[in-house]
Order: sequence, then C-alpha cells, then structure tokens
Amino acid sequence: MKRLLPLFAMLLLLGSAQAATPLPGDSVYNLKMQLTDQDGRQQTLAERRGRPQLVTMFYTSCQMVCPMIIDSLRLTRNALDPATRAQIDLLAVSFDPARDDVATLKNYAEKRKLDARIWTLARAEPAQVRQLSGVLGLQYRQLPDGEFNHSSELILLDADGRIAARTARIGKLDPEFVEAIRKLVAQPRG
Amino acid sequence: MRACLALALGLMLALPAVAADYAALPGGSFTSVLPADGKAAAAQVAPFRLRTEPVTNAEFLAFVKTHPEWRRDRVAGILADQRYLSHWAGAETLGGEALPRQPVTRVSWFAAQAYCESEGARLPSWYEWEYAAAADATRRDARSDPAWRENLLAWYSRPSNAPLPDVGGAPNAYGVRDITQPVWEWVDDFNALLVASDSRDQNDPDVLKFCGAGAVSLQEKENYAVLMRIAMLSALKAADTTNNMGFRCAKPE
Repeated sequence: MKRLLPLFAMLLLLGSAQAATPLPGDSVYNLKMQLTDQDGRQQTLAERRGRPQLVTMFYTSCQMVCPMIIDSLRLTRNALDPATRAQIDLLAVSFDPARDDVATLKNYAEKRKLDARIWTLARAEPAQVRQLSGVLGLQYRQLPDGEFNHSSELILLDADGRIAARTARIGKLDPEFVEAIRKLVAQPRG
Repeated sequence: MRACLALALGLMLALPAVAADYAALPGGSFTSVLPADGKAAAAQVAPFRLRTEPVTNAEFLAFVKTHPEWRRDRVAGILADQRYLSHWAGAETLGGEALPRQPVTRVSWFAAQAYCESEGARLPSWYEWEYAAAADATRRDARSDPAWRENLLAWYSRPSNAPLPDVGGAPNAYGVRDITQPVWEWVDDFNALLVASDSRDQNDPDVLKFCGAGAVSLQEKENYAVLMRIAMLSALKAADTTNNMGFRCAKPE
C-alpha cells in the first residue's frame, strides 16, 4: 500500500499537468455529468468548455412554454451578427430523461428544424439532471400526470463555464441578454 | 490469500467505522402540505429506508478524508459556498466548535448528495422527509395533534447561536431520531417545491415563469411550521450552506 502512494501522487501530477488551465471554482463544468445528444453521442458537460454556450432546460412533450423556450433560443441567436453567432453553441437539456430518449430528441430536432451543428439537445441520468438544475439555478418538479412545472430561462456560459448572464424573458427577445452575448464574445479570452 | 486479506482489510478501512442505521418505512398515500398535482392530489410515497440519525461531524469528517475533493479548501465554489464547513477547526480537523456527535451543518446540497452516494444512499425526497416527520413517539401521523405542531415550532425558539445537541434524541414511531430538531435537513428535490411568491399568480397564462400547470398551491395551511421549511428550502441555492442545515440519507426498500 505504501508503495502505491507515490504512484498515485505521480498519476495525480500527470493528470493536472495535462489539463490546460485549472477550471475556475464558479464554473458549472465542475459538475461531473454525462450528456447524450440527439444523435446518441456521449459527451461530458465539461467537454463543452472552450466556447461560450447558450444553455436552457426543457422537455419535448411540453406543450406550453417549452416550444417558446426553443423559439427564444433561436430568436436570440438570430439577433446576433454572423461573426458572433459563429462563436457560440446552443445546449438544451431535458428535464424528462424517462421520456426524452435519443430517438425522441432526434425526432424533436427534425420537427423543429434544429441543425445539429448548432443545437445540442441532450439527456442525462435523472440524478444528474437535478444536479445540473442546481448549478444553473433552475427549478423543476414532475407532476403526477407526467408534466413538469419548471422555471424557464436562457443562460449564457462563458468559455470556461461561468454563468455570464441569464434571462427569464421567454417568447420575445431580451435585448439586454443579446447585448451580454455580444460583449462576452467580443472580449479577448484571458 | 494474503493479497485477498489485505484487500478485504482495505475495503473495511474504507467503510465508515460503524455503518449507519436505517429504519424501514412502509410509505403509502400521504396528504402533504404540497399537493402532488399542485391542487389537491395526495402524494404517493414508495416504501423506503431512512437513516435513523442525521449525519454527524465525525461521519462527515471520515467522508472528507476519503473524498478530498470535498475538503473545504479544495471544493469548487459552485458546489459549496464560502461558509462550507467553516466552523471546523481545519480542513480535516473538527475542533471545539464541531463536536463529533453533533449533526454536521454548513454543508451544501451537492456535498450532502455526495456523502449519501458514498454511503450507497441518496437524499430523501421532500415527501419522504415530510412523511417521516409526521410521526411522534407513538403515532405514524400525529399532525392533527397541537402538541406535534408545537414540537415542530419549538425549533424556532432555540437561539441560533446555542450549540447544537448531539444526535440520538428520542425515536419516533418509525425509529427515526432528531428529524424535526435540532437541524433542518436537505432534501433531494429542494428546488422542486416551487412556491410562487404570490399564489394569486396561479394558472395565470401570462405568468410564464413556470411551465405547465402553474405554481404549486399549498394545502394544510395550519401546518405553517412545515410550510416554513418549504419556504426555507425553496429560498436556498444548491451551493448554499447555513448554520442549521444538515441532512440524512435514504435508500430504496
């Protein structure tokens, strides 16, 4: 056992040397989470690091606000100039992993014409969905009929996964939020 | 053979010195202060097991030693706020402000969850907690008894700077101890309780903050001691820690 300890220490050192720069403590990427997208591709949440993200949570069978959440993401992206638009990715994670399997997400993406190069619709294990809502500051609750009550917000993450801005304005454009995205993308990365 | 022994010994060392006790609770249909459908439906609680005592400082210290990413000097700020375990003497030392048998407090929801996972368990849901807390020493549902309510309210008269008593209070009808006192407890779905600040907003289609059936309405309004817990939990963020917020874990049947 004693002989193993230096080995562990070495492995730890190697591991930390490989990571580019340490993750800021307030980054949502500190959450260990596995996402599966509409094409069945697996990715950890932290692998989104490197580019700013517009993130939201939704579920595909939601009839009321959720279609508007997706519309608002699209509207927000379209309000950006092409150069800014090219710098950000969109991520929508389902509250409802039981019903939103890969095929359902794929079907939804096709129906709503969500280009997979821009949009990631993702599912995760239920406990991790709850954790993600925790780091993003969103609330949700499943009702006996299978529907969900949930808060609806768009959240801007910087390239390191820090929450840079958020808006609860759904269904119409929030100019302040658009401006926050522009500013973030215009900033040189430090 | 010797290797096997060493492995077994190692495994035993990795476990907490004394495995935590869990009591079996039968569950069933339960009238919660939070109707399941936001209107009047009873909650359905599946049979589950609940830790008989809240997690103590000594138990949480053992966890931190084997899971150093949860040391107060290493934890990511998004998972636990600045005051996380700040009453401990050091990152791996309890000291005089945190006695071994006192319930651990100043832990975030994320930290509580990670601890329960290390015990092969999870945090209880709100309904599971409320169901277990409905019992008194002899009855499984004592909520209509004013004495039960007074006991719940007695918590508020305890000065917040008074030292917390050790765990191991009198058991309730399920054999669960210390559930309403001396600390408040995290639940897995703390951010699912969704109490609208103004219940008149309910079902107003112009209010788009919450999708679906609108915000949950509250029942059993006389149980304001329980409602205050919900208000408190709903106000917290997952990384928050407070002087009086501890936790216990639950397991499936």
